[in-house]
Formats: sequence, structure tokens, C-alpha cells
Amino acid sequence: MTHAANSHNSSNTAGKQQPGESHIVVRDLTMAYGDFIVQRDLNFTINRGDVFIIMGGSGCGKSTLMKHMIGLMAPAKGDILIDEINYWQAMPDMQDSIKHRFGVMFQAGALWSSLTLAENIALPLSEYTNLSKAEIADVVSVKLALVGLAGFEQFYPSEISGGMKKRASLARAMALDPEILFFDEPSSGLDPISSRRLDELILELRDSLGTTIVVVTHELASIFTIADNSVYLDAETKTMLTTGNPKMLRDQSADPRVRSFLNRGEV
Amino acid sequence: MPGTVAYQPTANIEVMRQTDDALLIKLIGAWRLQQTRPAFSDIEPSLRESTVTRITFDSQSMMAWDTGLLTFLSQLIGFAQRQHIEIDKSGLPNGVQRLLNLASAVPAIKDTGREKKSVGFLGQIGAFSIDILRGLPASLSFLGETILSLGRWLRGKAQYRRSDLFLIIQEVGPQGLGIVALISFLVGLIVAYMGAVQLVQFGAEIYIADLVAIGMVREMGALMTGIIIAGRTGAAFAAQLGTMQVNEEIDALKTLGISAIDFLVLPRMLALITMMPLLTLYSGLIGVGAGFAVATTVFDIGAFEYYHQTIRALDLRQFGVGIFKGTIYGALVAYSGCLRGMQCGRSAQAVGEATTSAVVTSILLIVIAASALTIVFYKLGI
Repeated sequence: MTHAANSHNSSNTAGKQQPGESHIVVRDLTMAYGDFIVQRDLNFTINRGDVFIIMGGSGCGKSTLMKHMIGLMAPAKGDILIDEINYWQAMPDMQDSIKHRFGVMFQAGALWSSLTLAENIALPLSEYTNLSKAEIADVVSVKLALVGLAGFEQFYPSEISGGMKKRASLARAMALDPEILFFDEPSSGLDPISSRRLDELILELRDSLGTTIVVVTHELASIFTIADNSVYLDAETKTMLTTGNPKMLRDQSADPRVRSFLNRGEV
Repeated sequence: MPGTVAYQPTANIEVMRQTDDALLIKLIGAWRLQQTRPAFSDIEPSLRESTVTRITFDSQSMMAWDTGLLTFLSQLIGFAQRQHIEIDKSGLPNGVQRLLNLASAVPAIKDTGREKKSVGFLGQIGAFSIDILRGLPASLSFLGETILSLGRWLRGKAQYRRSDLFLIIQEVGPQGLGIVALISFLVGLIVAYMGAVQLVQFGAEIYIADLVAIGMVREMGALMTGIIIAGRTGAAFAAQLGTMQVNEEIDALKTLGISAIDFLVLPRMLALITMMPLLTLYSGLIGVGAGFAVATTVFDIGAFEYYHQTIRALDLRQFGVGIFKGTIYGALVAYSGCLRGMQCGRSAQAVGEATTSAVVTSILLIVIAASALTIVFYKLGI
């Protein structure tokens, strides 16, 4: 039996874009809080259907870079192109429509505390789709089951653990089957088994739905398991040192700081 | 068994019987969430009536899929498990199989007690009453702990930061002067006008001075200041302590062996107990000033005459009663604000509820105390 939509390429995006082409382009980006420059001269491309890691030591600006990519912080200089549209030059309507194409899992979950888990996941569905209540409830069940939280629909965020909040946040980020998923420190605070499951889920989302996945992390085990490509930000020089597949960078990078980071400082 | 369930060309299914007990479900078209597609409920009745024991799939004609297909299949699989029908997923795309396996890897929790129950009106009243009754011991215990903490402070053994106390005093006192002045002036003005309307009928306008002086210094100054402080400071206390509860800052204090009551509640209580008498006095004097302005400009009472009448009406007793009441209201506001803050749950929603509850509790306690004290002072002839 041949399968209609079983390969690495996205059934979701069949007929539109193909994997491997550029999905997000960061061009000459400088990030700053007022006069304080966080990172400068960032240039890299994230390909469609890739798992892309933003890595670097603590305080180097990884989460700040993600905030620029998801439209929460405007660049001090430079551009971010999503599907060749310059996000920060686009009209507000266009910015909104781009935002609907990505989902974000925040570091501490950022679930809305006055809503149950089911309502948290249902909100984007009821706002941006025409699905009936029953259909939304079905989607909510599937999304919660995918993150291992089946049956937790009626719980409030304050009633579940930190790791469960993270997973529920992922279920919410996946609600609209986004083209791009952003993860801010997904493994921190998770037990090893949940962390491993999350890695599997990330790979499944990439392989099954062709989702482009951008992960901010410094968990090496996770990086080597899931990454197709990466960028390394350096806190001292305030710029990126390199970009490439982390396994290759670990063994072959010309920069000793990158090799040291990827070998737990043992080089 | 029925042959085809027809739908728009986007997504479709054909249900075919392969043998007596095996069924083939052919998935056709694009199974996307936001497009029209078959619902599981369309095939459920016929599945229920059939005698099949095995379901297989053919997805060769499926163009695309997303969560729309997963919801359909997960319902079908759930139904099949309940009916003891075997599901062969091998005909599904690999990605779908893997996601379905991932979704079923962790079984759903059961008996969470979260089934939605409808509660009648009487039930709601009952639940509300039980909540209040259950909250009473905690409120009393908090009151007891606060009094013990005040005792430790008097003996110089309370653990708190003096700088915190002065900071709170500044927030409660000097920074509240503007709003207290504005409200007190307007209340004084209202009392003067209300009194004048009646007194003019007897040619007794001069008694506006008595009315405003005693009214503002003895009752209204303390009451209005109490209500302003409840909204301004009591709410802030509840929000501060509630947010600290959410961030586990109070747990951090407890693990260090520092009493949260000493460290957080005591300075707030002391700040209000020391500032409220001053604010009450200030409010009373501003109110008297407003009465003076109305009487001399609108009702043509001489300034000296009004001043003299005011001095005659006021004695230390009136000031004492007003200041005593103000101090009690201050303690009640600090108690309510800190109580609700310390009882706060661990979410943004809970902080909002704690803040609202702090203001409501403060005002309720102030009004109850005002009534009780008025009756007590009347009986005592003070």
C-alpha cells in the first residue's frame, strides 16, 4: 500500500511550499533594550520543515531573539522575513495573519489561569476557525492526548505541575496546526521521560505535518536528538559565532567556544 | 452495511465490507480541519449495528491531512476499543500512525471528579454558606497570629525590616494625602449644604458649623478615610501578598524560618495603625474647612462667627472618638488586605479575586464596626 501523505514532506502544505526552501530569514538583525545591545549582525536562514535550534550560554539573548521572531519585540536594526514577507515592515493586518501561522510554547507555559486547559486550547480555535463546539472539543482531546494529558480537560493551570503546564502550553501552541512552532526552553523543568517524549513529539510534528520548529535551548541531549540546524549566539562578542548542524559543529567547528559548548566544556 | 457516505469533494469516506466480519474504510480527498469532512457520528450508527470485528484502512486516495483526520480517527479508535473491534492502522500514512501511537501512549486519567455538574440555586446558597463557615477558622487563626505578632513587636522580638515599614508608611500616609483631601473636602461641602437646607428654615444657619465640625471630626472623616484606604491600600496589600504567594516568595520566607506574618503582615498593620489617626484628623480638618468655605461664601455667615461656633462645638472628646474609630478602621483594612493576600491561590485569576475580596471585606467590616461603635459610644454617653 502506498501512502498519500506519509513522508517527511508536509501533507499540510502539499501543493504550496516544499521542505528545504527558506521559511524564516534573519537579516542583519541587531537586538537592543534601549541603548543596551544584546546581539548584533545576526544573519541566518531557517528552512521549511527543519528543527532549528537557537543555542548559546545563559544571558546571550536566545529568548530575546525568539521574541523578535514572534513579533513581541521590534528589531533595533535589520529584518525578519517570514515566507519572504518582511514582518516588521508589514501592515498590522498582515502581521496578524502571519502570527496565525505560528504557535508559541512559552518558558513557563503562559497558560491563561482563569481558563481550564480545554478552554485554553479552544480559544485560538474558536477565534480563528469556524469549527463547531463539538468539533473544537474533539480537537482539544486529540491535542491533549498528543502531549500526554488526556483527561485533564477540566483542570485549571494552577492545579497541575510545572511540567504539565509546559505540555498543555504546547497543546495550545499546536491548536491551529501551525506552520511554525516556537519553543522557549521546552525541556527545562521536565523529567527525563517527559523530556524525551517532547523530543519525539517535536520530531513527529516535523515528519508528519512538516512543521518548521524553532527551539531555544541549551540542553545538549535534546539538541543532538532533534536538531537539523542551529545558530550559536555568544554573550561576550554579542553576535552569532556560527550556524550549522550541531553534531557537525561539535566535531568540526573551527571556533573553540562552539566546540567547548557542544562538548560540555570538555575541549 | 451501507456503501458510501457522500460529501463535498474535499474529504470523503467509503465504507466497504471485505469479509463478513472485516470492514475497509477508504479515506479520500483532503482531510483538513478547516474544510468540510465526514464526522465520525455519520458512520457510528451503522458501525454499531454491524457485526464487524476488524477495521482496516485504505488511504491511497487521500490528498492531505492534518488534525481534522486525527480527530476522526481517534474517535473511531475510541469507539472500536469500547466495542472490542480490532483496528489495523497499517493502511494509514506512517505519520498518522505515529501521531496516533503518541496520542495513546499515555492513557487518559479517569475519575478526576471534574465532570460538569449543574448546581441549583439552593445548592449555590448552600455551597456559599459552607465556604464562609469553612473560612471562618482560618480568618480567626490569622487574626490570632497577627495579634501574637504585634505582641512580639512590642517585646522587640518580631522579625521584619524597618525600611519596609517606612516604605509602606510613605505609601499609605503622605502619598494618600491628595485623594483624602479631595474626598474629605467634597464630603464636608455636601454635609454643609445638606445641613443648611434644613437649618435655614429656622434661621439657624450658624449651626452648620456644629453639624460639619462634629460630623466630619467624629464620624465622616474616619469613615471616608477608611473607605479610601480600603480601596487604595487594602487592595494593594492583597495584590502584593497574592503575587508573592503565586511566585512562591512566601514559601521561600517560611523555609528560611522567617514568620511571614512578622515579615509581611506586621509592617502593613503597623503602617495603617500609625497613619490612620493622622489621616483621620487631616480628613476632619479639611472637611471643617469645606464647611467654613460654604458657610462664609454661600450662606453669609461671618468668618469669626463660624470659627467661634466650631471651636465651641468641638472638644477633645470628638477628636478622640474620630481618631479611635479611624485607628480601628485602619486595623480592619490591614487585616482584610493581608488576610486575603495570604489566602490567595496560585494564579493571576486568584490575585484578582483576592484583591476584590480584600476591598469588599474591608468595607463590610468598616461599616459593621462604624455601626457598633456608634451604638456603644451613644450608650456610654461619649
